[in-house]
Formats: sequence, C-alpha cells, structure tokens
Amino acid sequence: MSTDTSATVSTTKTWSGGRSPYNVSYGKLMMWIFLLSDAFTFSSLLIGYGAVRFSYPVPPPLVEKLAPMSDLTQKYGHNFVEKMQEIGAFDESHWPAPELVFNHFPFLHGMHLPLMFVSLMTFILIFSSVTMVLAVEAGHRMDKKKVGIYMFYTILGGLAFLGCQAWEWTQFITEGATLSHNPFGPAHFAALFFIVTGFHGFHVFSGVVFNFLIYVNTKRGMYEKRGHYEMVEKVGLYWHFVDLVWVFVFTFFYLI
Amino acid sequence: MSQTATHNAQGHDDHGHHKENFITKYVFSQDHKMISKQFLITGIIMGCFGMIMSILFRLQLAWPDSSFPILETLLGSKWAPGGKLDSSFYMGLVTIHGTIMVFFVLTAGLSGTFSNLLIPLQVGARDMASPFMNMLSYWFFFASSVVLTASVFIESGPAAAGWTVYPPLSALPKAMPGSGLGMTMWLISMVLFIGSALLGGINYITTVLNMRTKGMSMNRMPLTIWAFFFTAILGLLSFPVLLGGSLLLVFDRSFGTSFYLSDIFLNGEGALANSGGSPILFQHLFWFLGHPEVYIIILPALGITSEIIAVNARKPIFGYTAMVISIIGIAFLSFIVWGHHMFITGMNPLLGLVFMVFTLIIAVPSAVKTFNYLATLWRGNIQFTPGMLFAIGLVSFFISGGLTGIFLGNAAIDIQLHDTYFVVAHFHLVMGCAAIFGMMAGIYHWYPRLYGRTMNKTLGYMHFWLTFVSAYMVFFPMHFIGLAGVPRRYYQFSVLPEFGVWDDVNVLITMAAILGAAAQLLFLYNFFSSIFFGKKSEQNPWKSNTLEWTAPIEERLHGNWPGAIPTVHRWPYDYSKPGYEDDFIPQTVPDDGNEEELAHQHTTAPIIPESTDKSEVVHFSALLSKWFGFKNL
Repeated sequence: MSTDTSATVSTTKTWSGGRSPYNVSYGKLMMWIFLLSDAFTFSSLLIGYGAVRFSYPVPPPLVEKLAPMSDLTQKYGHNFVEKMQEIGAFDESHWPAPELVFNHFPFLHGMHLPLMFVSLMTFILIFSSVTMVLAVEAGHRMDKKKVGIYMFYTILGGLAFLGCQAWEWTQFITEGATLSHNPFGPAHFAALFFIVTGFHGFHVFSGVVFNFLIYVNTKRGMYEKRGHYEMVEKVGLYWHFVDLVWVFVFTFFYLI
Repeated sequence: MSQTATHNAQGHDDHGHHKENFITKYVFSQDHKMISKQFLITGIIMGCFGMIMSILFRLQLAWPDSSFPILETLLGSKWAPGGKLDSSFYMGLVTIHGTIMVFFVLTAGLSGTFSNLLIPLQVGARDMASPFMNMLSYWFFFASSVVLTASVFIESGPAAAGWTVYPPLSALPKAMPGSGLGMTMWLISMVLFIGSALLGGINYITTVLNMRTKGMSMNRMPLTIWAFFFTAILGLLSFPVLLGGSLLLVFDRSFGTSFYLSDIFLNGEGALANSGGSPILFQHLFWFLGHPEVYIIILPALGITSEIIAVNARKPIFGYTAMVISIIGIAFLSFIVWGHHMFITGMNPLLGLVFMVFTLIIAVPSAVKTFNYLATLWRGNIQFTPGMLFAIGLVSFFISGGLTGIFLGNAAIDIQLHDTYFVVAHFHLVMGCAAIFGMMAGIYHWYPRLYGRTMNKTLGYMHFWLTFVSAYMVFFPMHFIGLAGVPRRYYQFSVLPEFGVWDDVNVLITMAAILGAAAQLLFLYNFFSSIFFGKKSEQNPWKSNTLEWTAPIEERLHGNWPGAIPTVHRWPYDYSKPGYEDDFIPQTVPDDGNEEELAHQHTTAPIIPESTDKSEVVHFSALLSKWFGFKNL
C-alpha cells in the first residue's frame, strides 16, 4: 500500500476505535456472548441425547394405527401402557414412539391426543415471545404503560408454560417414569427427558424471575428515569433464546 | 444505545473518586489490576500445592520400596503408612496435581491474571466492561480453589480417577476411595470454576470488542490482546460442554441414571442396577472441553511471548498478520481435534483419520508462530531481561514439546504410545513448561506494572537457568521411558521387573524435579520480597510501546489514567524504526503524516548494522518476504 492511500485506509476501511463497534452496548453484547455459551451447554446435552437415542433401534411399528381423538379406555381399558408393553410397542430395547408416550391432555382422560398438550405448551411459550417483542418495541417508544402490560403478559406466559411442564412431569411420573426406570422403554428415555426439559425449565424459571424484576423496575419508573428500556431488550434476548432452545428440545424429544 | 455507552463511560470515570476502604480495595475489589493480583497470588499458591504433590509422587516413583518416615509425620499413617505413600493417595495426588496445574494455575492463574491486567490497560479502557462480574469471577475461582484444596484433606481422600475423571471410576461412588466425597467435591469445584471462567470470559471478550480507546482498531491491538481474546472465546464455548458432561455425571453418581455406565460384569453377573450407557460419551464431552483447554493454556503464554520478544529484541514482531491468523487457526482447529485423545477407545478408523488430519494441520499455525518468534529474534538487539529469557525458554519448550505432538497425533503411532510416559513428557513440555515459562515471562515483565517495583534480576537469572535445566532433565528422559512402553499413572514399578532398567532414570528425574522445585523457592522469595523491597521501577522500564506503560505505575489508580484516556495512532510494534532517534515509538505518538499504517515494511526489512556490507547479508525474513510476498498482507 502506498503512503497517500494509507490515511484513508486507516479511517474508512477498518473501524478506528472508540466505542460500540457493532453499535451495541456492552451489556447487550455480554448477553449475546452468554447466550452463545449457553447454547453450547444445551448442545452438549442434546448431542448426548442424540448419541444415546441413536444407539437404540427405531420404535417398532404399531399393529393397528391409533387415530387421534380415539378413545383409549374403550379400546385398551385403563392400562394403556401395559397393553402397549404386551404388544411390543414399549419395550426396553426400543426407543418409544413419542406420540404414544405423550398423548394425554388435562381433563380429557382416556383420549388419544398425541402431542396435543406439548403443542399447546410450545404455542404458549412462542406467544410469550411475541408479547416480549411487543414490550421491547414499546420500550423503544418509551411507552411505560405498554411495556408494563406486555411484560406482564410475558411473565404470565412463562408461568403458564412452567405450569404445563409441571403437569406433564406429573403425568409422566404417575405413569411410572423415574430417572432410573421407564415403563415406556429404555430408562435413558426418561432420564434424558427429565434432565433436558428440567434444565430448560430451569432456564424458563430464571427468565420468569428476571422478567419479574424488570417488570417491577418498569413499574417503578426506573427505566423512564434512565431514558431507555435497554434492560427490557436484554431480558428479551434471553427470553427469545429460551424459546429457541425449546424449539430444539421439542424437535428432539417429541418429533424425531 | 449510544446514550447508554456514554453513561457507562462516565460511570467508569467516576471510579477514581470513590472512597475505598480495606475491604473494597483489597478483598472485594472491582479494580481489574487488583483482581489480577488476586488471581496471580491464588494461582501461585495453588501452583505450590501442585508442585509439592508432584514431588511426593515423584519420590514414590524413584524409590518405590523405600520408606520416608517424614512422610508419615506429615501425611499421617493413613496416607503414608510407615513412611510409604499409600497407593490410593498416590492416585489422588496425580489427579489433583493435574487438576490444579491445568485449571487453577495455567487457566485461571495465567489468563485470569494477564487478561485482567492487560486487556483494559492495553486497549485503553478504564476497567473491564463489568467490574462487578469481574470481581465475581475471582471469587468463584477462589471458592473453587478452596473446595478442591479441601478435598485433599477429607477422610476418604481426593478424587483419584485422573484429571480426566473418566467413568466408571468417577461415576460409581464406591469404585475406589476417591470416587466418593472426593469426586463430589471435584465436581463442585469444577462447576464453580466454570462459573468463574464464564464470568471472566464474557468480560474479556466484551472489553476487547467494545471498550477500545480511540484509534485502537483490531489490527492495532498488541498480540497479547489477540491471544487473550481467542482464549476467552475458547473457554466460553468449551467449558459449557464440560458443564453438560458433569451434569450427566452428577446424575449418574447420585440419582440412578446410567448415561456413562455400560454393563459391568462381576463373576458373570451384571454388577450395576442401571446400565446401558457409554463411558465413551463422557470422553467425547470431556475432550470437547479438554482439547480447547490445552489451547486456553498455551495461547495466552504465546501472546505474552510475542509481546516480550518484540519489546526485548527491539524489533517489530515478525509477521503480525500471520500471528493473528495463526491464533485464529489454532483456535478454530482446537475444536475439531478432540478425538486424538481417544484413538484407542475404539473409534471408527475413518473418524480417527479425520481427527488425525486436523491434528497434524495444527502443526502449521504452530510452526508459523515458532518461526515468527525466531525471525523476530533474528538480528535483534536482544535485551536479556529475565522476562525475555523465560519467553525464549517458552519457544524452546514449544518446539521440543510440539515435535512429539506430531508423533502422538498419528493414530497408528499413538496406539503404541498412548498412556505411556511419552505422553506425559509431551504435554508437560508443550503445555506445562511452555505455559509456565510464558507465565513467568509475564510476571517478570509486568511486575513493575503490577507493583511499581522490579524483581531482582540476578535471582531471576538463577531462577531461569535452574528451572530451564531441571525441566528438561525431568521431561526429556521420559520420552525414552515412554517409547519403551512404561505406562503412566502406575504406582510401583518395582513389582514390574521388566521396567527395572528404568529405575535409575526415575531417580534422576525425581532429583531434577526436586532441583526444579527448589528453584521455585528463589522465585517465591523474589516475588514476595520485591513487593515491599524491590527496586522502584521507572514509568516505562522496558521502553515498550504499549498503552499499559502510559498509565502511572506509581499510584495504581482505579480508572488507570488520571486524565483522559490516551488516543492510539499506530500499531504497538514500532521498534527501531529507521529515521527516529529513539528505538521505540509509543502507540500514543501521532503519525507524522508520512508513515505507513501498521508499518509492515519494517517487519520485512530489519535493521542492518551500518558497518555490514548489505550485499553479503541474506536476511531470512527478507527471503521469506520475497518468496511469499508477506509485504502485501
């Protein structure tokens, strides 16, 4: 490079210092970096899941197809799981078909509703992300009231998701699943389910706590005084990340 | 967004005016310089523990059948009955020695110290992006050190499954004495450590990306900063995987799962209630951290060496861009080579081949760095300060240890050499000694920056030569022991007469190890006495260009610069620039309008003494630039 162009190179071609090279405040950058790191934690668990999952053969095909909404009590009596074990749909050497394991719905006892409840959970969580986006957007407009309202909905969504997860765990445990035992198939299935969804649930729980703190601060007018709602954006990043991870957890545990 | 940044920058400016008491200044300090000292001193203390342990098990290896009554006095009759080291305690010592040295000394002690000290000072920031998280990072590390150290003193003994804590020894609490509470404490300590690494790493990356002073573009950063930056990225992406792996291990140990427990049969019966898992899964998860961890250890040492060699050779670092690219290359490759630790676990040969190829490719960026060091030293006006000697020592160890890495990276040869003393020799030279020497170089070089005084030079020289010679005497013979097939981690070679031929060598190694440990006493004395009685240092004792020497070293302000943050006008390696009176031009000196950005031409045209006939001198660097056109980089 020649001498006369070097001056322009140093000022235009490369960013020449100062603050915010990516036009992001350091706090937000930290959140991004943390999320990247956290993504690796979840990846390690999900890859561990994959390694265990694919060491088992695929679930055997059912003798007769179960139509959604069909009445299980009528067909199998009250012990669906045992019947499935008898016909070989659930056995220790095969990874179970998720739609036969997660086919319950509160108040609709005995109906075959494959993955309906978990779809509802997913919908709730994604909807809470939508309200989070609206809160962030209201924050940009410095609309304190709207930020409060949407943060409240987001917290509600998070709590609803946690409640659903509690119900799903209860159902799973009632049917006999523990960390070391699993009536639906290999014990690993239950153990991984508890650990991975538990780890995700822990993240959702932390998110709800953070959101609640931010909500209180918003209500107290702290961010209005500060002149920006960046904290809402930061917890928003976290919340969207937790959502994104759920999409993967959902895919791995329920769909594949 | 810019409003926030302004607000925060001003926030940092105010730090200097806070009233500080003993607690906020020395204990829960949020000043990166104090945190750096905390990391350093904790690291040195942990290093002493690790070293004492190594002496204890070296004694056992050299004189496996003798008894040392003093050991019984010191360790009690449980761990050294009759003055002879107990075999499970031997395993515990090996494990904790490895853990301490790898994580507590060479990860936290090295990058914790120097990232904390140098990142804000060299990029021109008042402090880390989040001083509070930085403080937490130290205290997590401190708690983690306490838990690990305490685990040595519990009744059932410390974790004893090796620093890699492979299942089933680590997964079955009753497998051996150390698998119980000791292993639990190891895991707790590691979780705290991961928390510390995460808090620190997020801070380092953010500070480097976001808090540089005006004019400090990425390609004007000292190579130390580049190295710390990529070290932090490696830690940030690999430690979470260990966290995931440990989480599953905790469940296996305590809650009845069996992710890592395959079928274990005793007398034809399955010995475990729960089985069906795979210990190899843990090995994969562990080495996904474990391999980048090796580079987390060596990269900061290499960065420190780049800086010290350039300063003390009074020459621009050779191939700045190539150095940066090789750091990036090493960082990237380190994530896809973990399988070379597992060549004999029964891996698909095709996969082994892939891992082998990537492993051997790492030799390329490593060699680039080595040759760049040599080319920087070439015809330099070398100042043999203790720091410089240690930096050159690093280059020596990096070469001699790195060469054996090429042996071990070959899957076919590794089958013979795996788990022998050859491996021990390899990694102690290339990451143990090299990184320790990098750390020592950094301590001697930046001691004035830490304490405003210099360390004693004569003691420094003695420390260097004794350590250098004894380190080679310890680890060089191990290559031959390993080639003969002597396995590592064995307790008593006297019961294996086929290895009897190596008994004398083991005695030599142990004596050299004791010599090396004694040399560290010189260092400890020098380090701690110089804090109080060392010679007062000048503001810029090594005539260095980087920004840390523009902040007053006499009164170490929280906020670093009493006035405005300096502006940077040039890269940090303008040493011996032709046409200037001084042989260094600090980064803060403005461009006179006639200079080339980054001055890469100087890296290719080193100073030629006036008297030499230029036509007769063939410059290695000039040749390289001619052949490879480095000028246009």
